[in-house]
Amino acid sequence: MSVEQEERAIRCLVAKVGLDGHDRGAHVIARAFRDAGFEVVYSGLHRAPEDIVQAAVQEDVDVLGISILSGAHNTLVPKVIDGLKEYDAFDDTLVLVGGIIPDDDEAELKDLGVAEVFGPGTPMEETIEFIRNNVSERA
Amino acid sequence: MDGSAATALSDADADLVAELLSGSHRALARVITRIENRSPGHRGIVSRLHEHTGGADVIGITGSPGAGKSTLVDKLAAAYRERGDTVGVVAVDPSSPYTGGAVLGDRIRMGSNVGDMDVFFRSMSARGQLGGLSMATADAVKALDAFGKDVVIVETVGAGQNEIDVVRTADTVAVLVQPGSGDDIQTLKAGILEIGDVFVVNKADMDGAERTLAELEEMVHRRESPTEGLDTGHHGFDVPDHPDSDEDGDGGDDADGDSASAEWTPDVTRTVANTGEGVEDLIATFDAHARHLRESGEIEETKRLRYAEEIRTLVRADVGALASAEIERHGGIDALSEAVRRRETDPYTVAADIVAPIEACVEGVERDANEESLSN
Repeated sequence: MSVEQEERAIRCLVAKVGLDGHDRGAHVIARAFRDAGFEVVYSGLHRAPEDIVQAAVQEDVDVLGISILSGAHNTLVPKVIDGLKEYDAFDDTLVLVGGIIPDDDEAELKDLGVAEVFGPGTPMEETIEFIRNNVSERA
Repeated sequence: MDGSAATALSDADADLVAELLSGSHRALARVITRIENRSPGHRGIVSRLHEHTGGADVIGITGSPGAGKSTLVDKLAAAYRERGDTVGVVAVDPSSPYTGGAVLGDRIRMGSNVGDMDVFFRSMSARGQLGGLSMATADAVKALDAFGKDVVIVETVGAGQNEIDVVRTADTVAVLVQPGSGDDIQTLKAGILEIGDVFVVNKADMDGAERTLAELEEMVHRRESPTEGLDTGHHGFDVPDHPDSDEDGDGGDDADGDSASAEWTPDVTRTVANTGEGVEDLIATFDAHARHLRESGEIEETKRLRYAEEIRTLVRADVGALASAEIERHGGIDALSEAVRRRETDPYTVAADIVAPIEACVEGVERDANEESLSN
């Protein structure tokens, strides 16, 4: 008998990767996600790409939001994506990047598989709406 | 037993179980998500996993916010890894009762184990209601156990009944206290004191640690005496030494079994989770408790009680769901309560009407069973 009610929640990992100590933005995002009813796991500062992959796989998140303000996105983001692929977790994880990303780089990141890049000043509702519309349906 | 549709397993889920058992982290993570979501098919998965469980030592860690649970769990996990054990951690954080959202922050403290995939750390939020959390936690522990983890740690804020139920899914429960919190201990007295097998004064390098230690010691020893007299008559579930021996032969030699089941006196230890001080001792205490449980046979009773509680919770949830469906069929709870408010009927009558068809079904089943046994 499967009368039990399903209780699904959108799980997000908000990740800070590399030598970048600015996490105000990540905190604000984490709060906004929480208030939108998401379950937010925050990685903490200065994580290596492997740490982020480990966290994303173990926590089985629907959304991985990487916040990078250091300019090292072209080095770090590909490593994270490769790691996700290694664990077979890339296909149904929505990867987002937030931070200061030049337009050329944005195109490159999207080629790699980043679903969207959110620059400074993006309204919170826009990000949340994007997640709601694009999070993959899982079995 | 007739597992019926509830525990049926789809091909995809059977693959998922097989992948988990063969060591796929992804599959383990996905199974825990299914358990958390109470998604269709999760019962089949958990019931398949059950036979593979029982290998892990399950340790519950609770205490007030800020006591240092996450930091201690991090150090414990690292120490267990050092001696070659694999570790699973389930960290439960509260969720907003309004939006259901949550920030699960325990992972930040897991600094000693980042990059080590043999520490499987999973954050869970206190979703849902009424026993749902402890059920989901217990099932997640089973998944980690079946995966082959040697030690599974369940961490939760010791705030209310829900959380207490969660740590009770563990074999060994450690209660964390920070020094100088006289008031804390006051609140501990009420409920959490009874569930601790080990009391840990964390941040033991702070002022007031000695006093907190002394207070806990005193409390632990005071709690021993009132139960002493009540516990003597328990030799109910001893496994017979000689299954073949005749039943009336061994009335006399019970003393042996009784001394083995000597009461465990909760241990009071001190740690400084930040530096890792005292963590080795704490693990030694956990080991001692696990040994005590095994040698006294208490572990069997603990497990039996836990499974009894699990069965009750499941049955209650299922029957509750049946009742909810009946309420809908009778026009929904809003219409029913409005009718009561207008004095057209009363709560007892409404409840009786709703339960009547369920009762009739049960009676029908009983009658069938009786007829069957008569005709045999």
